[in-house]
Order: sequence, then structure tokens, then C-alpha cells
Amino acid sequence: MPLIERHPILDFKHDGKVEFTFDGKAMEGFEGEPIAAALHSNGVKIYRETPEMKRPRGFFCAIGKCSSCFMVVDGVPNVRTCVTPLRRGMAVLTQRGRGSVSIAEGEARR
Amino acid sequence: MNPAVREAEILVVGGGAAGLCAAAEAAVAGARVLVLESDLHLGGQLVKQTHKFFGSKDEFAGTRGFKIAGKILDEMASCKDKIETVTNANVMGYYPEDGVVTVMVGEDEYFKVKPARIVMATGAQERLIAFPNNDLPGVYGAGAVQTLMNVYGVSPGDRVLMVGAGNIGLIVSYQLMQAGVQVAAILEAMPNIGGYWVHAAKIRRLGVPILLRHTIKAALGDVVVEGAIVRSLANGETFKIDCDIICLAVGLSPTAEILWQAGCEMKYVPELCGYVPIRNARQRTTNDDVWVAGDAAGIEEASSAMVEGRIAGLDAAASLGYEIDESRFGVYEERLKALRSGETASRIRAGLARVSANGFLGGMTSDGFQ
Ligand SMILES: Cc1cc2nc3c(=O)[nH]c(=O)nc-3n(C[C@H](O)[C@H](O)[C@H](O)COP(=O)(O)OP(=O)(O)OC[C@H]3O[C@@H](n4cnc5c(N)ncnc54)[C@H](O)[C@@H]3O)c2cc1C
Ligand code: FES
Repeated sequence: MPLIERHPILDFKHDGKVEFTFDGKAMEGFEGEPIAAALHSNGVKIYRETPEMKRPRGFFCAIGKCSSCFMVVDGVPNVRTCVTPLRRGMAVLTQRGRGSVSIAEGEARR
Repeated sequence: MNPAVREAEILVVGGGAAGLCAAAEAAVAGARVLVLESDLHLGGQLVKQTHKFFGSKDEFAGTRGFKIAGKILDEMASCKDKIETVTNANVMGYYPEDGVVTVMVGEDEYFKVKPARIVMATGAQERLIAFPNNDLPGVYGAGAVQTLMNVYGVSPGDRVLMVGAGNIGLIVSYQLMQAGVQVAAILEAMPNIGGYWVHAAKIRRLGVPILLRHTIKAALGDVVVEGAIVRSLANGETFKIDCDIICLAVGLSPTAEILWQAGCEMKYVPELCGYVPIRNARQRTTNDDVWVAGDAAGIEEASSAMVEGRIAGLDAAASLGYEIDESRFGVYEERLKALRSGETASRIRAGLARVSANGFLGGMTSDGFQ
């Protein structure tokens, strides 16, 4: 979906362009906007697949409350992409199932 | 790893209209305030609104929502040495044994706060209705659509079907058109429009049909929304509407999880749209350390949320021994009374009568807990 360029009341800055990848594909977004907003403006609406029924999920609440938008970001699963700011070079993956982090990995991140 | 416990005199949970006013008021009285907001910016619902607000002049009625937020932030800036704000900070838990509050910043930073007093101003969350395929990507809450288009300037889609003709459904439909998005129709199950006529009239003038006594039967599409089946409740007829977004504006419920955890006595009050805490005239709940303000105390409007915030902030500061001007309470209670007079507020008055300690009716008397 496109960015809103003209608006009678609001003035969008849309600056600070950065590159990131979605399932390996290069994309562009704006530093600090939620990852989900950046994906949406690149036309991506499906963020994960549910564990049991394998249903596609997009976002729903956009305020970090519903878990619909979980994705794997830089190797970390279950990231709420609707409230996580986009940074240069992020690797964003569609999340399939529940996602896992090994205990060793979890310790290493501390 | 045991993170350090931070101290705070007054913790405000939620940086929307109510929380920011509570913070400003408490800080002016001299208290040190910490505001935690889970979103990436302050302002709550206000920053997502482009229309001029109704409500009271003292609370900036006639000003566009996002500009009202700016005005409160300016007020806070005048006592910024007293107020610390943290965004992207989600309050997750309250432990009544020792009054410790747990907080996540982003996805991997964690800390604890032990505040002397808390003002809960967590606002509301959206309701969902059941229909086949309501989980398809493209079925979005009205708040999500607003966040995308009005905060981040991303168009949510090409053609939207709006479900619900209350104020939110009407206003968000208008905002979609401002953003250049087509609105296919607005569905409303009731026989009349729930929102204000001025908003409905504006939308009808732009040629968008408001279909009364109609509901959504199913969303269509394999992996994303490609349309919807709509059903008339008058004659059972069904038909298809082409759309790539289905926007749900079917009501809000107070966000009350932390109030439950804090052991506040809660009551289900349909007029206030869900479970809300019992409180006194000063917004203090049955947990002596916890106040509540805004939509978390019952779904109402920004003006009353702001006044409730001010009362809560002032009373919380007073309870810590800060000297305050008692007459402020009278002024704020008069404002609430004015906001809650009239026909449209009769529901709110009925609801408040049911959650007020000592039979207190919002803004009608001035005595607090006995
Ligand atoms: C489309 C629309 C149009 C409206 N138009 C008007 C109007 O014209 N006039 C009017 O008076 N009112 C209007 N309102 C209503 C008004 O916006 C709300 O009543 C008001 O903003 C409520 O303020 P609040 O501070 O209680 O809640 P919010 O503004 O919702 O703020 C709550 C904040 O708390 C945060 N939060 C929640 N949980 C946590 C947590 N666990 N940790 C940290 N932070 C948390 C949220 O992220 C949010 O920022 C409108 C609302 C909508 C949706
Ligand atoms: S969309 Fe609800 S948590 Fe992100």
C-alpha cells in the first residue's frame, strides 16, 4: 500500500529512509516507524502463520496488545512488530508456529 | 539477573489524555512523577485524531485531537524537572504484596518500579465480533487503521468496509477519505446511527452509504481480505461488497488488567462498557495507593478523561503531603458536572452511580472517601 503523500490536515515527514529485509527480500522503510507499518507500505500484509491451523495473520490492534503481528526479527521470535521500531539492516522473517529460542541463546543475549 | 528496583513518588501508567493531565497536575503540586507509555509516543488516542473535538472549552474543545496532545505536553514541559516519561514501556504486572510494578521496555529490557502512588490511565481496547474469516489479514481494528494512516502516513488499503456507525466508525470513515482511501459502506446493526449527526451528515454528503440494520456475515479471501458478505437484518437478504480492508468499530472496553492485579474492587457496568473499579469522588480506588482516570475508568470522552486525570493527579499528590489548593477540586468537579449534564450523558451518569463509593455521582458532590 502506498504512503499518504497529500493530506488536508496532517503533514507527514517520511524521512530517514533505511533498508531492511523481509524473508530475504530487500525493502525500504523509515527509521523508527513500526516494522509492521514499513511492511504494510511495501504491500506486505501477512506477518505470521498460526501454529495449529496454519492460518495467515496480519496485524489487528497496532498497539501491542493482541499478538497478531508476531514475527522473527534478527533471529528473535514473537516480536510485536506493530510497536517495535524499524532499524537499518533488520532481518525480518514471517513467523511459522510458535518460534523457539534455545536456553543457551537466551543466556547469550543477556 | 535481578534488575534494580526504581523508586517513584507517583507512577502514571498510560500517557494518553488522562495520564498526561494527571502527571502535569501532580508535578505542578510538587510531586516527582514517572509516566510509562507502551506506545512509541505520548498522547494516546489524541494523536490519532484529525477532527476538532467536542467537549468543554477548558479541555480545548474545537481544537483538533493531535493538537490537544501538544498543548498538554507543553504544560508538562513547564515542570519537566519533575516528570520523567518513558515510551515503548509496557507495564506488565503489579504485585500487591509489596506494591512492585514490572515493566518491559521494547522486547528485551526489563525493570521494576516501587511507586508510592499509582494513577492508572490505560485507556481502552477494541472489541471484536465473531464471523467466519474474521482472522484474515485485512480485518483491522479502527484504532489500527488510524495508527497506520494518521500517525505513520501509511495508507491502510484501497477500499474499506466499515463495521459500526458509532462516533468512531463515522469519524474513522471520514479520516479514511481524508487520506484518499475509498469507503465502500458503513454497516450498522442497529436501526439508528449511534454517533453524532454532524459526522453522519458529512459522510453521507460524500456519497458513502450508511446501511442500517445490516451486519457482516463473513469476510472473503484465501490469505487476505478480498471482500465481504453483508446481510440485512430486516429481510435476511445477503450481498457481496468488494473491499480489501474490513475495519471494525464495534466498541471499546476499559483496559483493566492491572487494576485487577492491584486488587481493586471491580464491577461490571454495561453503561461504562465493561469491568471498572469502584472509586470515590477523587478517582481513588479501593486500593488506597491506586487512582484511576479516563477510559480505563469507563468509556467516555477526552474532556472528562482530562478532568479525571487532573483530579487523580492532584489527590495523589495531596495524599503524599504536598500542599495543594483544595478549591481546585471544586473547579474540576464543576467541569465534570457540566460535561455530564444533558441527555446524551444520561448513560454515563447511570453507570457512574453504580461504581461510586458512598453513592457518589460523578461531579455532583465534593466529599471523598469517608
Ligand atoms: C475515532 C475517535 C474519535 C474520538 N473523538 C472524540 C471527540 O471528538 N471528543 C472527545 O472528547 N473524545 C473523543 N474520543 C475519545 C477520546 O479520544 C478518549 O476518550 C480519550 O482519549 C481517553 O483518554 P485516556 O487517556 O483515558 O486513554 P488513551 O488516550 O487511550 O490513553 C491510554 C494510554 O495508555 C497506554 N497504555 C495502556 N496500557 C498500558 C500499559 N500496560 N503500560 C503502559 N501504557 C499503557 C496506551 O498505549 C495509551 O497511550 C474519540 C476517540 C476515538 C477513537
Ligand atoms: S497488532 Fe496487535 S500486538 Fe501487534
